[in-house]
Amino acid sequence: MRAVDLLEHAGKRVLAAHAVPVPVGHLAVDVDQAVAAGEAIGFPVVVKAQVPVGGRGKAGGIKLAHDASELAAAAGAILGMSIKGHLVRRVWVEEALTASRECYFSFTFDRAAKLHLGMLSARGGIDIEEVAAEAPEAIHRFHVNPLDDFGEADALRAVQAAGITGDTVEPMAALLVKVYDAYTAEDAELVEINPLAVVGAGRVLAMDAKVILDDNAAYRHQGWDEWRHLEDLDPRERAAREKGLTYVGLDGSVGIIGNGAGLVMSTLDVVSQVGGRAANFLDVGGGASADVITAALEVVNADPAVRAILVNIFGGITRGEEVANGIVEALSRVDLRSPIVVRLDGTNAEEGRAILAAHESDRLVSRPTMLDAARTAVELAS
Amino acid sequence: MSILVDRSTRVVVQGLTGSQGRFHGLRNRAYGTQVVAGVTPGKGGADVEGIPVFDTVKEAVATTGANASLLFVPARGAAAAVIEAGEAGVDLVVCITEGIPLHDEARAFHHLARYCPGTRLLGPNCPGVISPGRANLGITPGEIALPGGPVGIVSRSGTLTYQALHELSRKGIGQTTCVGIGGDPVPGTGFIDCLRLFQADPETRAVIMIGEIGGADEEAAAAFIAEEMDKPVVAYVAGVTAPPGRRMGHAGAIVSGGKGGAAAKIEALEAAGAHVVLDPTELGARMASVLRA
Repeated sequence: MRAVDLLEHAGKRVLAAHAVPVPVGHLAVDVDQAVAAGEAIGFPVVVKAQVPVGGRGKAGGIKLAHDASELAAAAGAILGMSIKGHLVRRVWVEEALTASRECYFSFTFDRAAKLHLGMLSARGGIDIEEVAAEAPEAIHRFHVNPLDDFGEADALRAVQAAGITGDTVEPMAALLVKVYDAYTAEDAELVEINPLAVVGAGRVLAMDAKVILDDNAAYRHQGWDEWRHLEDLDPRERAAREKGLTYVGLDGSVGIIGNGAGLVMSTLDVVSQVGGRAANFLDVGGGASADVITAALEVVNADPAVRAILVNIFGGITRGEEVANGIVEALSRVDLRSPIVVRLDGTNAEEGRAILAAHESDRLVSRPTMLDAARTAVELAS
Repeated sequence: MSILVDRSTRVVVQGLTGSQGRFHGLRNRAYGTQVVAGVTPGKGGADVEGIPVFDTVKEAVATTGANASLLFVPARGAAAAVIEAGEAGVDLVVCITEGIPLHDEARAFHHLARYCPGTRLLGPNCPGVISPGRANLGITPGEIALPGGPVGIVSRSGTLTYQALHELSRKGIGQTTCVGIGGDPVPGTGFIDCLRLFQADPETRAVIMIGEIGGADEEAAAAFIAEEMDKPVVAYVAGVTAPPGRRMGHAGAIVSGGKGGAAAKIEALEAAGAHVVLDPTELGARMASVLRA
């Protein structure tokens, strides 16, 4: 399932649209914009790198600034830095607030229970996963049936069950209800607020936001495209996505193309069993045409680490002759750097194998089984 | 005997006039399945090669006695179509459609559970169910299946389901029923539902179960196998070397507790007495030796 993984600034925008309180902030792509943002907000401010990975604070991607010159220095240092392989292209500048308490709250879908799952803890912050492991009772978990509402009374019960007391209870319950609204109305797979901060008497707000949207629902929402940040993707993944293929880059030398996530995963497994390493996961999906197969070969061929390409197809709605024609087309159209090993079975496999047999060479080899094909591909790649 | 579907299953195809619905609906009929009706709102009164088309599932059921729905409705309308089928009172809804929004899928599942408890949902995002020689509801190529049993198949993965059918048929081992439960977040029917049905089916002597990484359904199925099944199970789990999945914030880590990997699933299945193979093309050979034992 594809998802739109929002950066903090977009996640906060989504929450704010549903009246969830968030700190005042602005996005900046250069130092001048950052300084202007700081002056508009009022000092002190926090400058936060906008990257699609956690741990940015520890990597130096979050800095406090008390005036314009500190802000310019902080923004200058963070913009352009690399955090876990992600270039920082933008920063979020927001009012610096001191939390008297850091809580944790999220809504996600619990596949085992088939229900929405809310998790609330009075012990939020960066160590929430340790809390979950060491003191699971410190996280209050509750389910919501998708057919039912999650209202004020439910939220109050949740807040009290999490051991939160005093003048924080009501604003926090109100916030929970609004987060549920955002989670359902925006077709989110995850809304996570950590820390959910208590700042001053009775003021509760989302100091950080992690929002993942369900791409299957993109058709009924506006504006998601500007949040996809395709420029942050691995270039191989970007090329594959542009061609409508499901691709994950890995670090081996055997390029893998298959149909169906299960079969592709099992191809990776078999390659590993015979001593090789996959360069990627590429699923052409069901019913792939010759054009799709050619496009898949182009994507895998563009990876300089690939030394051999293993095409593993079991035809259901995908037809063997289409696959074979796509491979033959790629041989003539694409400057393939690596030999191709094909294992073709299922619907119209005989026709497909006959087409391939007519083009068999040291660049194109057919093998009858998955294991044989994996062995040959691994030998050719080493 | 078979599970879920047999010769008496009367099928209404929702989305019969679309390209996928038409192609597979006719293919299923050619296989011998009783495809008695189609439904496309606004196209009532038409027919597809002799199969009457109705505006609603309710009319199709009333007129033709359909008791199962096969759904090829595009993702935007699929959840509503599942609910419509449940409210029309069919026993089984097989939803082939992929790409249904999570929140729609969850609501449709719970709508059936709460208001239409007599309706079983298979899928979404599944290849369907085939009882070889009797009925095929879905996109499984019927020619790779072999009638006569004695093996039942339940799988989360489409292509690997075909692989399993192919490996068994090549060894001359027939299948009672092959069920693709699909890989979506809210499957209507799970491993345990199918294992229970296979355990109770006198014609099924052994079961192939194909799992994947992610979630804990394989572990739950392993517990069921250990406690409730005396029929042998041959299992395969894809994804031993798969790259780690998308990280779902801290919430994902807290919920999974670090579980969901293939190794833990394989271990649980082996501990439950299942025969686990590490290469899906070995499923046929391993089943042959299990049946001989």
